[in-house]
Amino acid sequence: MDKLKVAESFFSVNNEYPKFSPGDTITVHYKIREGNKERIQQFRGVVLQRRGSGINETFTVRKMSGSIGVERIFPLQSPFIEKIEINKFGKVRRARIFYLRKLTGKKARIQEKRI
Amino acid sequence: MPGLIGKKIGMTSVFDKDGNNIPCTVLQAGPCVVTQVKTEETDGYDAIQLAYDDQKEKKSTKAMIGHFKKSGTPPKRRLIELKGFVRHWKPGDIITVEYFKNDIWLDVTAQSKGKGFQGVVKKYGFRGVNDATHGQHNRARHPGSMGASSYPSRVFKGMRMAGQTGNKTVKILNLKIVKIIPENNMIFLKGSVPGSKGSYVIIESPDRT
Repeated sequence: MDKLKVAESFFSVNNEYPKFSPGDTITVHYKIREGNKERIQQFRGVVLQRRGSGINETFTVRKMSGSIGVERIFPLQSPFIEKIEINKFGKVRRARIFYLRKLTGKKARIQEKRI
Repeated sequence: MPGLIGKKIGMTSVFDKDGNNIPCTVLQAGPCVVTQVKTEETDGYDAIQLAYDDQKEKKSTKAMIGHFKKSGTPPKRRLIELKGFVRHWKPGDIITVEYFKNDIWLDVTAQSKGKGFQGVVKKYGFRGVNDATHGQHNRARHPGSMGASSYPSRVFKGMRMAGQTGNKTVKILNLKIVKIIPENNMIFLKGSVPGSKGSYVIIESPDRT
């Protein structure tokens, strides 16, 4: 495994994104290619988890679209991510907050962290 | 065809210039030492013998130590012979991963992972019987019919049946080079390569013009 890390280190890693963790509400500005046109789409939701490391790190964002939950997994190092904005810091006790999927309405709220 | 001996390091994925996420296998490719040069006059054919991966002298036989001494290298674990090298190499020369710098595609040969004695469903993708009712009770993963009856009164040769699966030499053709790292003798190839992590592979540059 060690040698794999060495090999991956030859690919550049973008560390300019703000620090966010599970429970935070973020907006991902994502480039979308339609034919030859490029436009930017925003996806705003709660971060459920971050997994992997280095060039293979991904994070999952969940939002409610009407009454239907939508989850999207973004590779953190994807060149299509234009920027990541943090809207709210959430106070949660675990690293993966999948319990949020079963909750709706008032129970699906996350306490805000005050800094 | 000309190439190198290497080791499989593992798999990862990288982004290319267009933003596509490409699955890659990372291989340690060489450096290999030329230990013997076979020629048409002396051996009847042209080939080069390559050695890779250091071994303790204690673990090598005296015959092999003597053989490696001729090319002035410490004993190695793995020896192979490859044909088709254009440039003339001498014993003792070291071939590194930079040998592939003009290539676009490579072939990789390795021993696939052994799966043991497996039935036809796993080995050949037969579908078995997917009914639990309608008279079925013990044939969910069976091969079904193996041929006709009184003519030919036998099972044709080559009929696919259960047996040893995996653990055989497999060659994967045309894996695209994603990146070469000369400092560490590493190479990124698009796609997967047979065998487990740490197993030996033979990387060849194909000559299919």
